[in-house]
Amino acid sequence: MAEFLQIHEPGETPMPHADDNVAVGIDLGTTNSLIAIAHEGAPEILRGTDGRGMVPSVVAYLDDKVVVGADARPVLLDEPERVVASIKRLMGRGVEDLKTLGGKLPYDVDEAASEGGMVRLSIAGRSLTPVEISADILRALKNRAEEALDRNVEKAVITVPAYFDDAARAATKDAAKLAGLETLRLVNEPTAAALAYGLDKDVEGLYAVFDFGGGTFDISILRMEMGVFQVLATGGDAQLGGDDLDHAVAEHFLAERTETIGGDGELTITEVKNALMTARLAKECLTDQDQGKWMLGMDGEPTEHSLDRTHFNDLIAPIVERTIKLSRDVLLEADIMPDEVKGVVLVGGSTRVPLVREHVAGLFGQEPLADINPDEVVALGAALQAEALTAGSNALLLDVTPLSLGIETMGGMVEKVIHRNTPIPVAKAQEFTTYKDGQTAMAIHALQGEREMVDQNRSLARFELRGIPAMVAGAARIRVMFSVDADGLLTVSASEDSTGLEAQVEVKPSYGLSDEDMSRMLRESMEHGRSDMMERLLAEARVEGTRMLLAFESALEVDGELLIDDEKEVISQRISELRTAMTGDDRDAINTAVDVLNKATEGFASRRMDKDIRKALTGSSVDDIDGEMVNPEA
Amino acid sequence: MSNNDNHKGEGQGHVHAHPDSPCWSCRGSVDQRAPFCHACGIIQPARRGDEFQRLGMKADFDLDPKDLEKRYFAFQRTFHPDRFATKSSREKQLSLQHATDLNEAYDRLKAPLSRAEALLETKGAGVDDHARTESDPELLMEAMESREALADAETADEVAKLEALTRADIELSEEALSLAFSADDLEGATGIVTRLKYLLKLLQEIRRKRLVLNN
Repeated sequence: MAEFLQIHEPGETPMPHADDNVAVGIDLGTTNSLIAIAHEGAPEILRGTDGRGMVPSVVAYLDDKVVVGADARPVLLDEPERVVASIKRLMGRGVEDLKTLGGKLPYDVDEAASEGGMVRLSIAGRSLTPVEISADILRALKNRAEEALDRNVEKAVITVPAYFDDAARAATKDAAKLAGLETLRLVNEPTAAALAYGLDKDVEGLYAVFDFGGGTFDISILRMEMGVFQVLATGGDAQLGGDDLDHAVAEHFLAERTETIGGDGELTITEVKNALMTARLAKECLTDQDQGKWMLGMDGEPTEHSLDRTHFNDLIAPIVERTIKLSRDVLLEADIMPDEVKGVVLVGGSTRVPLVREHVAGLFGQEPLADINPDEVVALGAALQAEALTAGSNALLLDVTPLSLGIETMGGMVEKVIHRNTPIPVAKAQEFTTYKDGQTAMAIHALQGEREMVDQNRSLARFELRGIPAMVAGAARIRVMFSVDADGLLTVSASEDSTGLEAQVEVKPSYGLSDEDMSRMLRESMEHGRSDMMERLLAEARVEGTRMLLAFESALEVDGELLIDDEKEVISQRISELRTAMTGDDRDAINTAVDVLNKATEGFASRRMDKDIRKALTGSSVDDIDGEMVNPEA
Repeated sequence: MSNNDNHKGEGQGHVHAHPDSPCWSCRGSVDQRAPFCHACGIIQPARRGDEFQRLGMKADFDLDPKDLEKRYFAFQRTFHPDRFATKSSREKQLSLQHATDLNEAYDRLKAPLSRAEALLETKGAGVDDHARTESDPELLMEAMESREALADAETADEVAKLEALTRADIELSEEALSLAFSADDLEGATGIVTRLKYLLKLLQEIRRKRLVLNN
């Protein structure tokens, strides 16, 4: 611990406790997730007891607990319907988006519950959002870090694909909050990778980061100058990744299988999941080997499938070529020739595929850098940034908006307000006017994307500016302001300039979570809790109880004379009940006792409020979180 | 910290130009343009000013891009939200404001066209393009001709040739702008700005076509 204390210059850190200062870097990946910490510029992956750094982003929902990572994989074989993988692909998505993804998805979508909002999946009798499932992964990572470091971990830099849209970014932040983590910053994955390569140290010039992960592809062009790290341009496809390679191979295997055993090719979700798993094994094997044989054993009728490197390359070529095309587009957009790039950084497990490396080398005319493990590089960079944000740093990172932001205008067209690759934070205003005489309201529809028409872009939010004074058409001056913060998150506000009317609207993305959603999820995640979660909750309940007792005692000391009638006896009875409950292991009993004490002291508290003392002793977080679970009769 | 009598004297020197206002945190008096409180050192709201002022530069069309960038980096190093990640939400909010203003100022001053527009605004001479283009039949004619040439170009080579021509034209216009501003000929500069705008739009269309031909 002492070493963590020493890294700050006196007066440099405003933090009273070193503990508050521990910040980790998290790579919340489609296929695997990692957590890392940096100390004096040296990042390190936090490993589990088995020594493995990667936590498969797989969550199994068993009856009594939630299992994350490698331990969830075996469940995939026996009870695949209880397991969710690649949930990152659904972050910030609505049901409508899923339909456009096409093909058979290895998810069981809860259509009814998803209507008009965030996707919900039916898993083992539960209806869960991608945010909740991601939160389970983040909780597992947090636990891993707390065990490895033997201290609380509450702050994190979390990486997201550069190409993640606003809704997906907001969903990631929500998941962190749900898991009890404060997001210091969302950092784009390619940027984090470049940080890990120390591109912020001695080198100057242009670098490309080719990030081909499990579910997303990003290509970024970065410029390093005078210790400032500028993202010049970024592009990619948030729905293109190693999973697609698996899909290509799985489809091939399944077609072969249908040919061998006949049938109509109709598949169950279990069969699709099995085929995908086998395909992934084949892909990994063909990275080092020239050929191999795999079995698909469904419904008791196994089929054998052999595949060699050449045939594999043919299957995946269209996907790899797409990544190269996207890379070319970004270079062109940044007005950079491939040979101006000084180095190419490879990120993501899919860059292990030989065909990918060949194509990248071909495009840039040089062998890409791969001396840091491409699976770990993002988490390592995130850890460095987490340290830079908490302990200070000389380097500076200037990032850009990955996608254009615009507003719907007449005829279903989109008018761009902030263009892609604009440095963030940024605020831009656009003026609009009324099109009808006497028009008093204006609908504002914020969109994200590069296309011209509304329905080709992603809808972020809709709201209405009301109370515009009736004027002739075209007389009102409505300024719509788009602000994007350093995390890449959007806020929209509107005002009518001639009258000063203003509507500040915090835009919640269409597929985001409302505050009620968030508190319900917090509650549910606790109700469903697994054993370590229960322990944590018990500890939290005790802390709450202690806090309550302390708060009440100090209130009594100041305002004891406000107690009336037999209140004093009743309350001291309740206090001793709470004390007794806190010595036991029953969290509900503690919460109930807290609640009962709260009730008993309501009159006293309101009298204190009347005395204009704002330190209310009720209203603690236990009320908010567990209010519905407490039986007031107890 | 809350009592700042000792700072009153210091502030008086600025009172004439930029009267002091109280620091939001310690209530001490702060020069309205100071980004940090003299007393408690805490970040203050961004006081906008024009783009040149925000980056501490003389309002001039001719500037050294390296110097501009250096200033931008130095200011961002101080004000970027990453520097305030562990501070209070109010401080975070203020740093966001500063960083946003800096990005805007740098973005406007970086490119010659927007720099010229910013300078014209600073000097109180805005540009009304619509009226301008319509009142300049020569420019209108030129625009129509080049659009036609672009529509007729069928190969990547032809498009590249158009691009080279347009780029050369843009460079010449920028040089003309510099001359106009150094002669303080705002009327002339406004005319060149309108033409430069059209040229850049044309360049964009040429590049879009190049993208299509390349794919």
